[in-house]
Amino acid sequence: MKKITFDQLQENLYYEKMANGLDVYILPKEGFNKTYATFTTKYGSIDNHFAPLGEEELVKVPDGIAHFLEHKLFEKEDGDVFQQFSKQGASANAFTSFTRTAYLFSSTTNVEGNLETLIDFVQDPYFTEKTVEKEKGIIGQEITMYDDNPDWRLYFGVIENMYKNHPVKIDIAGTIESITPITKDMLYQCYGTFYHPSNMLLFVVGSVDPEAIMNQVRDNQGKKDYEKMPEIKREFEQEPDEVAEKKKVLKMNVQSPKCLVGLKASNPHQQGKEMLKQELSINVFLDILFGKSSSHYSDLYNDGLIDETFSYDYTQENGFGFLTAGGDTEKPDELSERIQGLLLKAVNEPIVTEENLARTKKKKIGAFLRAINSPEFIANQFTRYAFNEMDLFDVVPTLESLTVDDITNAAAGLIDEKRMTVCQVVPNS
Amino acid sequence: MSDINEVIKKKNGYTLHIVKTEKFKTNSIVFKMKAPLDQDTVTLRGLLPHVMQSSTKSFPSTTKLRSHLDELYGANFFVDLGKKGEYHIVSMSVEIANEKFLADSEPLLQKGIEFLTEVLFHPHATDEFDHATVEKEKRNQKIRIQSVYDDKMRYANSRLVEEMCKGERFALHVNGEKEEVDAITPKALYDYYERVMREDQFDLYVIGDVDADEVEKLCDGLMDLTDRDPERVDQGIQKEIKKENVIKEQQDVKQGKLNIGYRTHTQYGDEDYFALQVFNGIFGGFSHSKLFINVREKASLAYYAASRLESHKGLLMVMSGIESKNYDQAVGIIDEQLQAMKSGDFTSDELEQTKAVMRNQMLETIDTPRGLVEVLYQNAFAGIDIGLNDWLSKIDAATKDEVVKAAQKVQLDTIYFLTGTEG
Repeated sequence: MKKITFDQLQENLYYEKMANGLDVYILPKEGFNKTYATFTTKYGSIDNHFAPLGEEELVKVPDGIAHFLEHKLFEKEDGDVFQQFSKQGASANAFTSFTRTAYLFSSTTNVEGNLETLIDFVQDPYFTEKTVEKEKGIIGQEITMYDDNPDWRLYFGVIENMYKNHPVKIDIAGTIESITPITKDMLYQCYGTFYHPSNMLLFVVGSVDPEAIMNQVRDNQGKKDYEKMPEIKREFEQEPDEVAEKKKVLKMNVQSPKCLVGLKASNPHQQGKEMLKQELSINVFLDILFGKSSSHYSDLYNDGLIDETFSYDYTQENGFGFLTAGGDTEKPDELSERIQGLLLKAVNEPIVTEENLARTKKKKIGAFLRAINSPEFIANQFTRYAFNEMDLFDVVPTLESLTVDDITNAAAGLIDEKRMTVCQVVPNS
Repeated sequence: MSDINEVIKKKNGYTLHIVKTEKFKTNSIVFKMKAPLDQDTVTLRGLLPHVMQSSTKSFPSTTKLRSHLDELYGANFFVDLGKKGEYHIVSMSVEIANEKFLADSEPLLQKGIEFLTEVLFHPHATDEFDHATVEKEKRNQKIRIQSVYDDKMRYANSRLVEEMCKGERFALHVNGEKEEVDAITPKALYDYYERVMREDQFDLYVIGDVDADEVEKLCDGLMDLTDRDPERVDQGIQKEIKKENVIKEQQDVKQGKLNIGYRTHTQYGDEDYFALQVFNGIFGGFSHSKLFINVREKASLAYYAASRLESHKGLLMVMSGIESKNYDQAVGIIDEQLQAMKSGDFTSDELEQTKAVMRNQMLETIDTPRGLVEVLYQNAFAGIDIGLNDWLSKIDAATKDEVVKAAQKVQLDTIYFLTGTEG
């Protein structure tokens, strides 16, 4: 077991790689009642084209299957695992993103028991035709719920506009049609390929004794047999540089129009420190450009183009990345023009200065301290970072090292008119 | 389990609450303002905190104010409006980094408290608020009110309350009435501000690795209020139900939203309040509860089916998203679960399991600064004193018999169904 110390933050992190390849991290949090643990596989909605375990031939699986599998893993021969957790005083949950599926619990007692349940249920799949069929009704309602949600439709609408081929454009839960043909055998095939310990990470944060927890995980994993696993072969079609569609307008049963501008990154295959620097640079850039203390923000606000729902974000993973900015607006066309104009202009104008960079760094460092109050944030983000060969605890030093040139160069490399698109939701009457 | 270490000091015009804890990397300063929900002031109160947070005397524009917060290591500052029973609560929160985790040690806590008092006592106003600010915020208030319509879950919930609590204060909307926004003048808003500062019940919370004496001294120097006797109103939880209400509304939605409101005739502070909480946990509070198991897992009708309590108003609300054609079946299953609770048809395992999860949930809530403030404010709000340990032991002590008794008091009031056009 390795101990990594972060002096400034007064945190210690413990790490060990298990013999079967599983990465285990433990972060003790003194004074907290709660322990939060996530068990995550590097398998998300985008992984729909791959070579199944032990086979050479690539297969394509139905949209939404990773998320479907997440639902089904909770059901066992003798009932569902939620029951088991709540008997042990814990609450359990799971989520599927583009690139990950995470299972988690949080509890204030019986951490060992809950941790055992978490690891064992994820590592013991049980699917039958009957329970797979039943789940289609529940997930169907989940999909329908999101269909009625204008913000979700807007977000996926703008991603669909950006991508022509990449599966990031597919809704994580799929559609009612796409989940219909899912069978238990397909679930076993995906499970077998992506749920090997060497493709997974366990993170435990809370009032725990790291030594005891690590022993427990070692014992647990020692009892299970895993063949050595070759690297998973995943396939992604080539994605053109320009967006698939420049504009889309969705009519929905809403009163306030919504507008989101998207900017697609050009084939991002950075990992590790390079990726961290890129991601932080763009986020700092966005804060300087659109943050509440910027003149652009107050102009847009004073001109009646944005309200408090205005937000912006930059997301990058291995293979795709995009910036989004927008919110509710009375004037969706005017807002999308203004946002796109400001982005394009920012490349040629020196909007990043030593002064606003220093201020923005302070702001980001404060926000990071606030975030690490949260065990959920630590576990979820640490895992995402680790899957991209980055370290969450490098955020503050990397932020501190950023220069005006770093920010300007990152922005210049990202912003390009042909990679911009807009999606709007407008009232249907 | 040690109790929360809350120091309470009664000051002129407000109560200061200090919790020293080393759990967090930040310090939180939360100012709570309490007044009755009232038809005449609800829209003014929906606007006031948003105008106050956008500029002050020293920071006369949002850009200046937000730049100042960025300089304070991105101190997080936001306002929030809520309903608690028949009262309208405004919260103003500042969360600021604890300087001991930073390379250069500015006195950030002090600056955070100074900032909050600047917002409270030195608004961007003379004897009326800044006109341009008021106009901008009026526009946003209208959008805020209107946005409820676009989120169908919130909309259905808000319609249920509207129908169920007609004529009661609780039926008023937290952001006010859209039709009343235009008429608000900067002068009228300022007059209302002065009234708030004179009459509201104020509670100030400071949470973090702080020195209580130092915080008190700081506040004594900065807070300038006069003593008051805040207005109290009847919570009206004993309303008699003559006939159950069923309201169906059709809209262009794919999923129907079923929201059911019940009167519990029990509120925070009552002897049987803890049994009611346990009842809600078994009935629909968690993913092992009867609603989740029977509506979702067994009948496969919904993705979510849950219940929650409005503790200070004595209401129980059930919500679920279903296909419109399944309305009768869903209503039937939900009613069966309630009848099962009333007739004691639940096991001692279910009882113990629920208590364990509730205990867990409470302990987790106080692991976040915000959750901690909300838990403590329950007491300040209700003017009673239930410590964390009391809460835990009373939940633990609730017997099956008491839970059944609490369930038997639960009475159906209104079913609201937002139905899709397809069924």
